Amino acid sequence: MMVGWPILSVVVFLPLVGALFIFALQGDDEATQRNARYVALWTTLVTFALSLLLVAGFERATAEFQFVENHYWLGGTIRYHMGVDGISLPFVILTTFLMPVSILASFGPIKTRVKEYMIAFLVLETLMVGTFCALDLVLFYVFFEGGLIPMFLIIGIWGGARRVYATFKFFLYTLAGSVLMLLALMAMYWQAGTTDIAALLTHAFPRPMQTWLFLAFLASFAVKLPMWPVHTWLPDAHVEAPTAGSVILAAILLKMGGYGFIRFSLPMFPNASELFAPMMFALSLMAIIYTSLVALMQEDMKKLIAYSSVAHMGFVTMGLFTLSNEGVQGGIFQMVSHGIVSAALFLCVGVIYDRMHTREIAAYGGLVNRMPLYAAAFMVFTLANVGLPGTSGFVGEFLTLIAAFRVNIIVALFATTGVILSAAYALWLYRRVIFGALEKKNLTGILDLDRREIVVLAPLVILTVLFGIWPAPILDTSASSVAALVDHAKAALAPAKSALWLP
Amino acid sequence: MNLALPAFTPALPELVVLTGALALILFGAIRGEQSVGMIDVAAILLLAAAALLIALMPGGRLETFGGSFVLDDFARFLKILALVGAAAALLMALDFWHKEHQRRYEYGILVLTASAGMMVMVSANDLIALYLGVELMSLSLYVVAAIDRDNLRSSEAGLKYFVLGALSSGMLLYGASLLYGFTGTVSFAGIAAAATAPSIGLVFGLVFLFAGLAFKVSAVPFHMWTPDVYEGAPTPVTALFAAAPKVAATALFVRVAIVAFPGILPQWQQIIIFIAIASMTLGAFAAIGQANIKRLMAYSSIGHIGYALVGLAAGTATGVAGVLVYMAIYLAMTLGAFACILAMRRKGKAVEEIVELAGLARTQPLVAFLLAALLFSLAGIPPLAGFFAKFYVFLAAIEAELFTLAVIGVLASVVGAYYYLRIVKIMYMDEPAEKFEPMAPTLGLVLGVTGLFVIFFFVYPAPLIAAAQVAAKSLF
Repeated sequence: MMVGWPILSVVVFLPLVGALFIFALQGDDEATQRNARYVALWTTLVTFALSLLLVAGFERATAEFQFVENHYWLGGTIRYHMGVDGISLPFVILTTFLMPVSILASFGPIKTRVKEYMIAFLVLETLMVGTFCALDLVLFYVFFEGGLIPMFLIIGIWGGARRVYATFKFFLYTLAGSVLMLLALMAMYWQAGTTDIAALLTHAFPRPMQTWLFLAFLASFAVKLPMWPVHTWLPDAHVEAPTAGSVILAAILLKMGGYGFIRFSLPMFPNASELFAPMMFALSLMAIIYTSLVALMQEDMKKLIAYSSVAHMGFVTMGLFTLSNEGVQGGIFQMVSHGIVSAALFLCVGVIYDRMHTREIAAYGGLVNRMPLYAAAFMVFTLANVGLPGTSGFVGEFLTLIAAFRVNIIVALFATTGVILSAAYALWLYRRVIFGALEKKNLTGILDLDRREIVVLAPLVILTVLFGIWPAPILDTSASSVAALVDHAKAALAPAKSALWLP
Repeated sequence: MNLALPAFTPALPELVVLTGALALILFGAIRGEQSVGMIDVAAILLLAAAALLIALMPGGRLETFGGSFVLDDFARFLKILALVGAAAALLMALDFWHKEHQRRYEYGILVLTASAGMMVMVSANDLIALYLGVELMSLSLYVVAAIDRDNLRSSEAGLKYFVLGALSSGMLLYGASLLYGFTGTVSFAGIAAAATAPSIGLVFGLVFLFAGLAFKVSAVPFHMWTPDVYEGAPTPVTALFAAAPKVAATALFVRVAIVAFPGILPQWQQIIIFIAIASMTLGAFAAIGQANIKRLMAYSSIGHIGYALVGLAAGTATGVAGVLVYMAIYLAMTLGAFACILAMRRKGKAVEEIVELAGLARTQPLVAFLLAALLFSLAGIPPLAGFFAKFYVFLAAIEAELFTLAVIGVLASVVGAYYYLRIVKIMYMDEPAEKFEPMAPTLGLVLGVTGLFVIFFFVYPAPLIAAAQVAAKSLF
């Protein structure tokens, strides 16, 4: 659909305008802090509303990029090229939806340097949405990598006790992976003569080169996603980050890795994707089983959820590298669902952390007696995390498992144990925190969700259940683009396959 | 015999600067120390006028003095850069000298003569002009390093710079004489015509010449003087050293390599690759342990020269354009960082330890914000300008299929990111130290302009990149 105004650019850069506005606010008193908070909230809300226009105007039947903008930027073929298709749109909406939630969730807990905090979040939103909309390799990299700066500050300034260690680890791990991808981007430019993603999607790279490019992209996306064994930055970063930081990290920044696999690795390097699929399956299984076991043993709630994130991302990579419709669709759905559910779980941890200032599982117990509303909300998200049918967590896991069964039964078999393990750690966590007798003295005075927290959690509960029983909005949106992607990859693989049968 | 005077027009900016410098010496000698402020301002205006003249000169390639001096787009681009760097360094020095009660009118004049030397270097088209330019710049800078003559550190820095600099000049001359001996000419074009295949004498000459030039740009393994001189020299002088002379020396390096030795590219390419890798890695690792911010900037500058040389290693027009973009952005980043370093003053005394910046984000949020942007940019994180600088040099390296160089380079940049981040951490995540004295308006101006440049470069990067590409083309 054509719109008379550059709607994508507005959605991307509106938060930046909000950030500049907050930057211009003077003083550091109560009033300024309040202004900063509300400016940030309204900016993100308006951005979300505008992004819904994208949904309204989105043509589901086509795999083409829509709302395209293409302007002169760096010179040569490196242009400011933006657009969304069925693969990126769900992530754009996920981002714009979770931003106001995160901002609102920060109203209470963040009391120092509120102005800077809100600026960092708004800048981060611009960079995240930009990452999903960019249709030029260099532009993509700029958005993708730029997100490190605000996140570095968010974890490092407003984080917990070991925040400096965690934020350096986060930054350097991610940067080390990404710079290799940068070289791969340049090599693609050099080989194909263009940095335009839409053009590169149909470009056939020579096979040996595909292998190197795939590995370079893997270095970046595997760290970002994260995949076992380069996931170790994630538990640290999650534990130390402020609640909203964890939310954004788990819900959106991790998804950039998965999005990258779908946008680049699968369609542009199909041969290499097929070649490395067994390795990707193995790494996915390691992530699913190993990190689930690790999650079982955690004493810190945030760390447990962080490890469970790694396990869930294992399902995503497993689904994607089946190179089938169900697998890729399931991967996308799993990412969106995990975006909502993990965000909600981190918010739930944040709720009791704000009250008791500890994330130790052992410090809680019997909360259901004092916090029935909280217990109910937490239960919905726990069950969604387990993948109970009727919650959004089920659909993605189910689709990826079906896809895996078709490709490799053993992989699917092992992956299924992950479902059981996730039930074990998630339900055990729930039991230890919520059920049991309320024995601890300091918990007797704990209060249930206040109005702000209800407003924060309610939409997440609704979406978790809604997408569980009616997954169509997401699946329909991505269907055409995914089908085109899979067909294209299969077509690229076909000659290679048939060649094997030749005498 | 042709006694007609050579055409002076292409060298007009140089003449303006030099004549101005001579006039100011007279003025200073008559008026004495009271004239310092006026001389410094006049020097800045002269540099600005020279830059303006270059911008207004007719386009195309102009040669004079029998072909030993050339003004092409390449020279225009880099001369303007060097002049901007020198003028900004002078501007930043005004307040420092005033506060330190050091009033020496020679400083402005020496910067002028050094700038003239830099301009000659950028335009040098034969070995004689090359040497003249290098020496005019270096001799002025030796004195400038020791300008605080009652201070032991400053004198030591000046002496060290002089002794090592003299050694490097010797190597440069020795290389030049070998080249003359084996090619029979001093002009770059002539050398290029003669040096179509590598011979032992030619390669020897090349190596000595490059060693001398590597010293001037402070590339590893000829970098040893840099940390000591940067630390010892008065801070405004360090700011000058880190900016303009580097631009000029890099320009000369590029012109010599590209114009005089296109025939033996594989021979010099491996030298540059080695220098680049060594500089990037040493710059990244050695800076980690530094506590003094001027020393840290010294290692940082060594690393950055390594990145710039990656573009030269490619040996292509894309690579040269990458070097030019790199130097332009590097200039802005360095000047901005030094504006902050110069503003680190407590109780009337300058402080130089990195930990003194603790909590700057709370005492002076705007300064901290701009410095953080500059540091992230120095680390090469998008969307800041420093990323685009690195992008273009590595792009050239990939095009030239120098994959090992590119991989080592980007990994070194990750290591390098650590020490820049450490400063950001100290500013943003540590408990505030005592407030600094308010920043002088001149420093604020430099910091503001450079900070906004690195932050908003991504919005409209095309003019600089296009200019660099045009400039690079004029060498090929």
